[in-house]
Amino acid sequence: MENPFGKITTLEQAMEYFYDGMTLMFGGFGGVGSPPALIGGILDKNIQNLVLIGNDTGFPEIGIGKIVSRKRARKVIASHIGSNPVAGELMTRGEMEVEFSPQGTLMERIRAGGMGLGAILTDVGVDHEFVAKDKQKLTLNGKEYLIETALTAEVAIVYAKKADPFGNLVFDKSARNTNPLVAMAGKITIAEAEEIVPLGSLDPEEIVIPGVFVDRVIPSCGVNWKWAWE
Amino acid sequence: MGIDVRNRMAMRAAEEITSGMVVNLGIGIPSLVPNHLPRNIQVMFHAENGIVGMGASPEKGWEDENLCNAGGFPVTTIPGSSYCDSAMAFGMIRRGLVDLTILGSLQVSEKGDIANWIVPGKKVPGMGGAMELAQKARKVAVLMYHTDKNGVSKLVKSCSLPLTASNCVDIVITDLAVFKIKEGSMILSELFAPYTIAEVTAKTACEFSIAENLRFIDYERN
Repeated sequence: MENPFGKITTLEQAMEYFYDGMTLMFGGFGGVGSPPALIGGILDKNIQNLVLIGNDTGFPEIGIGKIVSRKRARKVIASHIGSNPVAGELMTRGEMEVEFSPQGTLMERIRAGGMGLGAILTDVGVDHEFVAKDKQKLTLNGKEYLIETALTAEVAIVYAKKADPFGNLVFDKSARNTNPLVAMAGKITIAEAEEIVPLGSLDPEEIVIPGVFVDRVIPSCGVNWKWAWE
Repeated sequence: MGIDVRNRMAMRAAEEITSGMVVNLGIGIPSLVPNHLPRNIQVMFHAENGIVGMGASPEKGWEDENLCNAGGFPVTTIPGSSYCDSAMAFGMIRRGLVDLTILGSLQVSEKGDIANWIVPGKKVPGMGGAMELAQKARKVAVLMYHTDKNGVSKLVKSCSLPLTASNCVDIVITDLAVFKIKEGSMILSELFAPYTIAEVTAKTACEFSIAENLRFIDYERN
């Protein structure tokens, strides 16, 4: 396929963006919509000491959970780690730091990062001893808000149904979840796509993430883990 | 054939749903609620990952790995459904556009505080979307067993576990009874057969008043 923007690449070449100690943001919700080939590549390249940002830590052998269970992360910023008991054990033993953010707040922090904003204001958790701890508050029009800082990452990885050579992305049903937000918040965004289609074959009306946000596109071989429900 | 306890609770929770509602269901017993909705009720089930209009679980063999609820289990969609990203799904919650959320919990206080996200030193799963749902859904229904494994009341004067959100629960449905929380106080409104007020009182670690028109629920008879 023609590659006029130079964005379509291989997994091997895309792996050059990954290094020890980096901040990595990932798309997916309970492993659904997490990019399997990129996760496999990170494991194979033996990347260590990651700071991971994403909704949750998947399951031990599903999604980003595969990286977490192999102790490759020193810190996770997420809303939930309950479906991955290994994450809980690592946290309890002090081997991995976990920063919890309420799910909707986390999504907006990621979106703010992607949209070039510094923070968001929300009243979710404003009176909560854990959520509000060490955070600035602001009173606007008589109402108190928490200042929740925006999140970005050195690399963001997402899973798309279709991508074109410009990096325009379309997602599949509930595998969309956090992917459009994460796709905007990476200094480098790498999309793994089930299908790479020629320029012009996606209807501009159906594109969820314009390719402006996407730096690299790699082909996917699909999910290589067994779901909890299987 | 008896109706098992979990389904009896889910059946009562289904009575809270009316046509036109947008409803978010937690995992566990709340996920049984749709099985007990009358066919003529049109409801849009909302999921935090980004679905409005979830339908029943698919038949075995018809699962779509990219169509799952927030718990990661396969679902279907109904006519009129839509997908969105998770930020938008939470915008709907924060704006108060979710009419009803049905959640599980570890403790509920008589004032309507809910504690369902952490057991310090034991279980630290994270809050997920529970804070937004508890704080922002228009109506909050809790479905939980009346007591824990050791027989200790989960209905309490004030929560000993860290709160998820305060003053937000409207109704608590347990395996024994139904309580409504209005203006910071709890009212016993319904009893499941065959339990008595005395039995429920003995198992409840908080104050409550008793509704004048106390209802006895016996789904197996009527």
